[in-house]
Amino acid sequence: MKSAKILLTAAALAVVLGGSAYAKTLVYCSEGSPANFDPGTTTGGNDFDASSRTIYSRLVEFKHGSTEVEPGLAESWDISPDGLTYTFHLRKGVKFQSTDYFTPTRDLNADDVIFSFMRQQDDKSPWFTYLPNLSYDYYVGMDMPKYTKEWKKVDDNTVQLVLTEPNAPMLANLAMDFASIVSKEYADKLQASGNLADFASKPIGTGPFQFVDYQVDSTIRYAANPDYYKGKEKIDNLIFSIVSNATTRLEKIRAGECDVMAYPNPADVPSIKADANLTTYEQAGLNIGYMSYNTTLPPLDKPEVRHALNMAIDRDALIKALFQDAGATPANNLIPPTMWSWNKDVKFDKYDPDAAKKVLAAAGLTKIDLWAAAEISRPYNPSFQRAAELIQADWAKVGVTANIISEEWTKYRADGKKKDRSGAFQIGWSGDNGDPDNFFATLFSCSAIGVSNYSSWCDKDFENDIQKAKTTSDIAERTKYYQDAQVVFAKEAPAFLLAHSQVYVVTDKKVQGFVQDPLGMHRFDGVDVTE
Amino acid sequence: MLRYILNKLALIVPTLIGITICAFGFVRLLPGDPILALAGEHGVTPERYEQLKVQFGFDRPIWEQYGHYIWDALHGDFGVSISTHRPVVTEFLALFPATVELSLCAIIFAILLGIPAGIFAATRRGTVVDQGLMGTALVGYSMPIFWWGLLLIIFFSGYLHWTPVSGRIDVQYFFKPVTGFMLIDSLLSGQKGAFHSVVMHLILPTIVLGTIPLAVIARQTRSAMLEVMGEDYVRTARAKGLKARRVIGLHALRNALIPVVTTIGLQVGVLLAGAILTESIFAWPGIGKWMVDSIYKRDYVVVQAGLLLIALIVMGVNLLVDVLYAVVNPRIRVQ
Repeated sequence: MKSAKILLTAAALAVVLGGSAYAKTLVYCSEGSPANFDPGTTTGGNDFDASSRTIYSRLVEFKHGSTEVEPGLAESWDISPDGLTYTFHLRKGVKFQSTDYFTPTRDLNADDVIFSFMRQQDDKSPWFTYLPNLSYDYYVGMDMPKYTKEWKKVDDNTVQLVLTEPNAPMLANLAMDFASIVSKEYADKLQASGNLADFASKPIGTGPFQFVDYQVDSTIRYAANPDYYKGKEKIDNLIFSIVSNATTRLEKIRAGECDVMAYPNPADVPSIKADANLTTYEQAGLNIGYMSYNTTLPPLDKPEVRHALNMAIDRDALIKALFQDAGATPANNLIPPTMWSWNKDVKFDKYDPDAAKKVLAAAGLTKIDLWAAAEISRPYNPSFQRAAELIQADWAKVGVTANIISEEWTKYRADGKKKDRSGAFQIGWSGDNGDPDNFFATLFSCSAIGVSNYSSWCDKDFENDIQKAKTTSDIAERTKYYQDAQVVFAKEAPAFLLAHSQVYVVTDKKVQGFVQDPLGMHRFDGVDVTE
Repeated sequence: MLRYILNKLALIVPTLIGITICAFGFVRLLPGDPILALAGEHGVTPERYEQLKVQFGFDRPIWEQYGHYIWDALHGDFGVSISTHRPVVTEFLALFPATVELSLCAIIFAILLGIPAGIFAATRRGTVVDQGLMGTALVGYSMPIFWWGLLLIIFFSGYLHWTPVSGRIDVQYFFKPVTGFMLIDSLLSGQKGAFHSVVMHLILPTIVLGTIPLAVIARQTRSAMLEVMGEDYVRTARAKGLKARRVIGLHALRNALIPVVTTIGLQVGVLLAGAILTESIFAWPGIGKWMVDSIYKRDYVVVQAGLLLIALIVMGVNLLVDVLYAVVNPRIRVQ
């Protein structure tokens, strides 16, 4: 009942402040229940939609609709010339949310920032294991323990991050969900009362919406945070209605039971686009499907042979067959066009089986192993098996017999990483933080050979570009390096680039100001509904 | 009677062992890896993978994992969900009332329509009405739940706008659950229109979940009625000049209902199995949807504990039906 009171209070406040006669409510039909509301402990997009992007804020934020980083709780920052020390100047007067389970007595300060990160690293802290079987996977996955030397409090409003080595993508890391800033005061209060688990079920943040109630597997309720540092949101109540079936979600938005829906069925996209009451947003997802050639084994060590294999594949037909109605953006570069530094001048090999046949015959390539993960579907490749069969048919036309090797996903990836793995290996990647380094260095750096560089490709020029881009924080300079790296990649062709999957969001026509997020999140700050 | 119950209880033990082995084994036969599923798209390093394997106990020999599972279950500890870090029993208890509410509505719907339909068909044996009703029952029995549910949603919610698409109540109503049964909680909330909204939300999932039991009960009632209507005592009743309604209602139906009661008891398993699909279609926050979501997440702990808890409930209800049946029909006890 207390929560109901909050909702009513928020609604009443909206009437007084906004001069409107009704409380504005936006219902979002989400695809799944959140594991919990502590973004440090979760990894799923639906977890982050329900916690970090609604309830929390971070030191720096991704600019709405882009992967660029902009000021958040830190209104500015300085980076030392050696790239090792980041000094963040915190915005003053930022308030944590007041709810029926917590009332803050102070504003955000450096202690909150330090606690937000160290709880994920300090294995002696009770917060390191405050839930059974807890692990801070994203924090570890982004190599934060390796790069973090220490967090230092300079004063209440200034905090420093000292790195063990320069790492330009660090800023983008700090805009990620696991880097959400939590309240140390609230954590201390829970620790004192022994109710640590409440930290994950009754969240407190500084974000645009505050938590009201969660009925498991059914509904999550939020109210606009009246103290939000960017100003109160236009909608008063935000409701997540959890509907895992995509057809049901579509019927709900059509019946007016929700205003925004996530992930429509690909087969429904044409009919949704034709519906005058709905708005469809679409863009290339932050992912890439590709096929790595082992560049160390002849004749695949020759770039012209790899180009010829690329040219032998009818890529448009392959994408159409694989992605069907959902569509996909054919990839010209490793990174999608929504990411900064994407090089628009780089083009992928054109389909030319005749030219390919000559090169392959000259190189004496008649047989090749073609790898496919069994029974697995990924956003960037709906069926490895089907793709393998279609590529096999295309290669047969140029005199190359492909032997398809099909394995279960875990074994598949382990075998694919081996330096002496044969032939062409289908794989892909979904980005984490919108930084090009997260694609280039993760997938094709020399140090990633045996880990996630499935081409075992180590190119001096490419490596030079991506390493230099990692050590400078000047975006214009980094862009130059990455654009050059894309030219090298296209010239050397260590992989066949398939596509970036298309991502869709559907809203009712009355929803205004919705911006599709290139990172795949569903954000409701800045959204309004008209009646 | 006590011996009868003890016999039945003794039979439950091997069944339970079988179920635990199946539950434990099947989730491990599923393709996919719980640690990779938990780690999300970006995956984990091999070192971290090994660490997590140890943390979740997946590094131990399979028999040892099974032993722990049984030992803990015997102590009422069903484990902690890999994905939500909450105790499985807490999650189960929070979601179970939604499934019970839907299942009760479905079985009441099936009984209220199934028994009259069976009687009606039996009394018109061989006619077009009988063939029509039993043909419909056969169609109902063979109906794929997923397809049937979506069809009803598209027609009644999407096209006619008569019923809401999914959920238990309109999101505009907000109150804390007291009993977990939305029909009761909506009345307790005192919010105007809440109860009506709950009833409207129950209609389609009740029909979908109740369809198969309805068909089974109708067919069972018909055959039981036909059997008893050929009995001497019914013929005697007729010969006495009793009205047809009295003969059927009093003499035939009372005896025909005995096997029907057993059939109704057996529908508990059918309902819980049907709930898995029905709840997924109608975004019904019950244990069926919970199990499906957990399978997708490869949450072994939830899947194996959920299966065991559901099996316990089904066996418990079946035992209760057996006992009731023995109370009603003393011959069973002797056998």
